[in-house]
Amino acid sequence: MENHYDHLQEMLTRVDGFIYPNEIELHWGILVVVYPYVTGLVAGAFILASLERVFNVKVLKPTYHIALLTALAFLLTATLPLVSHLSQPGRAFQIMVTPNPNSAMAIFGFVYLWYLMVVLLLEIWFDYRRDIVIWSREKKGLLKWVYKIMTIGIFDLSPKSIEWDKKIGYFITVVGIPSAFLLHGYVGFIFGSVKANPWWSSVLMPVIFLFSAMVSGIALVMLVYMIVSFIRRVKIDMKVLDTIAKYLFYILIIDFSLEALDQIHRIYEAEESFEIISLLVSGKLSITLGLIQLFLGTLIPLFALGLFQLYKPANRIRKWVYFIVGFLVLIGIFFMRWNVVIGGQLFSKSFYGFTSFKLQLIGSEGLWMAILWMVVPVLILAFLLWLLPPWKRVPE
Amino acid sequence: MGIKKSRPSRREFLKSASALTGVAVATFIGAPFNGVVIASEPAGAKGPWYGYGIDIEKCIGCGRCANACKNENNVPQKPYYFRTWIEQYTIKNDGSIHIESPNGGVDGFEQKIPEEEIFKSFFVPKMCNHCHKSPCVQVCPVGATYDSPEGVVLIDDSYCIGCRYCVQACPYGCRYIHPEKKVVDKCSLCYHRIKKGMNPACVEVCPTNARIFGDLRDKEGPLVEFLRTHTCQVLKPHLNTGSKLYYNALSAEVR
Ligand code: SF4
Ligand code: SF4
Ligand code: SF4
Repeated sequence: MENHYDHLQEMLTRVDGFIYPNEIELHWGILVVVYPYVTGLVAGAFILASLERVFNVKVLKPTYHIALLTALAFLLTATLPLVSHLSQPGRAFQIMVTPNPNSAMAIFGFVYLWYLMVVLLLEIWFDYRRDIVIWSREKKGLLKWVYKIMTIGIFDLSPKSIEWDKKIGYFITVVGIPSAFLLHGYVGFIFGSVKANPWWSSVLMPVIFLFSAMVSGIALVMLVYMIVSFIRRVKIDMKVLDTIAKYLFYILIIDFSLEALDQIHRIYEAEESFEIISLLVSGKLSITLGLIQLFLGTLIPLFALGLFQLYKPANRIRKWVYFIVGFLVLIGIFFMRWNVVIGGQLFSKSFYGFTSFKLQLIGSEGLWMAILWMVVPVLILAFLLWLLPPWKRVPE
Repeated sequence: MGIKKSRPSRREFLKSASALTGVAVATFIGAPFNGVVIASEPAGAKGPWYGYGIDIEKCIGCGRCANACKNENNVPQKPYYFRTWIEQYTIKNDGSIHIESPNGGVDGFEQKIPEEEIFKSFFVPKMCNHCHKSPCVQVCPVGATYDSPEGVVLIDDSYCIGCRYCVQACPYGCRYIHPEKKVVDKCSLCYHRIKKGMNPACVEVCPTNARIFGDLRDKEGPLVEFLRTHTCQVLKPHLNTGSKLYYNALSAEVR
């Protein structure tokens, strides 16, 4: 508690201009940055997987399962940053028990469950069912039982049942695409519908969140594919990389155009909040928005990926550039979330001044907590890749 | 608190949703149009419908209201938490605007700008607007923030999960997280007092009667009288929050 007061005391000395006295405390910290980031990775990875399946993009086959498992790993932890930032985490279940139907946030629990239970888990299960049955026969010891449990008692491998698995899997994918759109478009709506905050309030917010989600998800799957290939010491299929990069390029263009449109619209309309927002962008957000999100996270990747559409240097060079681009994009999108969540709280709703944000290391809103919720899904992903290795699937 | 929530239950919600079109048309034709100043009330309701008035011309910035509120309502004494506070606006001759609210005005104010540079100066007390269409009630995921039947926006301490969405949604900066209770807190219009027929603590202590509490349905009452005899405006009317906190002599600089 004393710590908290000391922190607020320091924040009080950092106020610029006038803010409402209750605004000293910044309410949504880094965990609320992590939350849309992680959800975005889920939606993006899933959409990439669906592209392969629904549009039958054969080259992307090696990334299909990686993408699905990545989506699952991040989805499993997606709610945890949110729950751990509550002042009353023990009451979190109330959102499911007595939701307020008018609240955008209340719907989260349902969208989440729908997506986790109905879409992702089912899709993965139908997709792996045949292998799980075979593995449950071949493996020994504990692992055998793990697979046995995962079959939930269905061992039927007749050609007809396999045919059905495929059909149902396809159907779930088709349902899954709008669900992924819903999952993340909805996260954008949580911010976009706050009319009190001109930096958030925008109809474009859900769409921007969606496309930036796709950008980050695709970049992540690209990186995971490269890293997994490296660890397994198999050759990276350059056709796969080039195709993913091409998608990344196109979606990044759309994402960039949408964000540019949003900003141009603000600048041209120049409403009451215009002055404070331009001060925000040119001042407190100049590094995270101008340098990291725009320059490093968008323009450089756009330039590199665009260049490769016209001219393809040697594989080795492309590989490295893709790796760096993927990394930059992931950082860029993280800071996009940062600029929305933190940026939107840096100026006073009186439009007469600024507070600041100082990242704390420990505590439920601290950096370590945020890192924890970023590392755990990576570990889960490693586990899932070990349990359900896409490369060890039994050929039909 | 055991207060009846006027938020409809799920069932009523569905019922009303299905009848929505009809109702919308009916209200359009049937009900007289309600202006911005007098917030629309729920149709057919009885009993008091509370609002609040502040006369900026009368406020001397003594800070007694903010002080009384802290004592009455167990608001932490630290200078980061306020149910009500006072802002000092000073417009200089060169047109620049200076606003201050040191410790929310609890300790009063001193004018730091030399007299001859001042074009005009005034105090604006702020508090929850008890919005009839309040964004905070709209966004609360669990319904812990709700409207009482008398038009008071209240918080159920035992229910709030501390997600702070309402803090983000309130355009007026009225909410804070109570550091001991670990739930959100804000002006309750001194519900515990007004239910007993008393005035809110801040109204009680104001030496100049700059604060007026009353029932908007009581056409002979002090608040309606105040609205009739003064030119009143609410804060940020363009946000359509249905604010029931009416200011006399509200200057355009105030946000
Ligand atoms: S002033 Fe803020 S806290 Fe009060 S009812 Fe309106 S939106 Fe809610
Ligand atoms: S902080 Fe409490 S009152 Fe506010 S929206 Fe969240 S649960 Fe509701
Ligand atoms: S009505 Fe009561 S709670 Fe609200 S500002 Fe006045 S004293 Fe504080």
